[in-house]
Amino acid sequence: MLSALTQLLIFQLIGEVFARWLSLPVPGPVIGMLLLFAALVVRGSVDKELASTSQTLLQHLSLLFVPAGTGVMLHLHRVADEWVALLFSLLVSTIATLIVTALVMKLCLGNSAKSGESA
Amino acid sequence: MSPQLNEIWVYLSATPLLGLTITLLAYQAAFWLYQRSGMNPLANPVLIAVTFLVALLMLTGTSYQTYFDGAQFVHFLLGPATVALAIPLYTQVKRVKAMLLPVLVGLLAGSLTAAFSAIAIAKLFGASLPTQLSLAPKSVTTPIAMGIAERIGGIPSLTAVLVIATGILGAVGGRYVFNAMRIHDPAIRGFPIGVASHGIGTARAFQVSEQSGAFAALAMGLNGALTALLLPYLLSASGSLG
Repeated sequence: MLSALTQLLIFQLIGEVFARWLSLPVPGPVIGMLLLFAALVVRGSVDKELASTSQTLLQHLSLLFVPAGTGVMLHLHRVADEWVALLFSLLVSTIATLIVTALVMKLCLGNSAKSGESA
Repeated sequence: MSPQLNEIWVYLSATPLLGLTITLLAYQAAFWLYQRSGMNPLANPVLIAVTFLVALLMLTGTSYQTYFDGAQFVHFLLGPATVALAIPLYTQVKRVKAMLLPVLVGLLAGSLTAAFSAIAIAKLFGASLPTQLSLAPKSVTTPIAMGIAERIGGIPSLTAVLVIATGILGAVGGRYVFNAMRIHDPAIRGFPIGVASHGIGTARAFQVSEQSGAFAALAMGLNGALTALLLPYLLSASGSLG
């Protein structure tokens, strides 16, 4: 657990350093994720400890969003003023994004499956 | 309150202990409800925990800043948890490779839909410009979204809240949308959730299936990077930045 957590923090740290050094618009943890992914591909396996620690952490991923979400209390005023626009924008846009992404993937997959069969 | 109780309250409200403890308690209570509902997406644990915490803080007259002094320890774990997403991604690498084209084209279409439909609808309903711009990065994971909002002229802390709301909506709505579209492939049930509703959607996807979760995690990472790179340029090109 301890060595796995250390590994995760080290990759986050490297990610943060890269992000700032190269002034990338992507945050450090995301770069850390990509680097760890690359390392795993090179290594060719995941050690048990890293796998189980990550699973524990990801099992409660939802918890980690609670503090930021509670920040809604700072914006109750704006939300009360513009709630109709916010509600429709969030609702329609989120559903549209789900549909468009799924539909495009399905179409691409259908095509590549067909071309795969004919090849 | 007796003077003694009052003294204890003054002490506790000044330490991070209370904010941290109530965050964990609120989440565990919310998760218990979520499980009792048979993991019904409508009983989303983030939504329940946040509602409970906001009510509690307002009733006790506690400021968000005071609360966050404690809750930041939980918030901090978002970093290592994001890095940890590399592991499910790696275990699904074969499947991802086989689906590279649908993944990339779906990502681009979904990413653009997420940002520009949000702006257009908010504009249609007469939302102010800062609100529109705060909505633009709503489908991207919180830390990236806040950075983008800052760059394009939105309000970062409002964006954080809109991001969470989007996450909850996608986590709740995904199942119904995919069932209506008759999509059964766990990869195609996962990836769009990650594009549309980042980590909260990904958390939900993991609870349903490991493969959906891995694809959602991939989508979340890719969409975060793509939106951060693309959105500021597209907005300034389309003149929305004024």
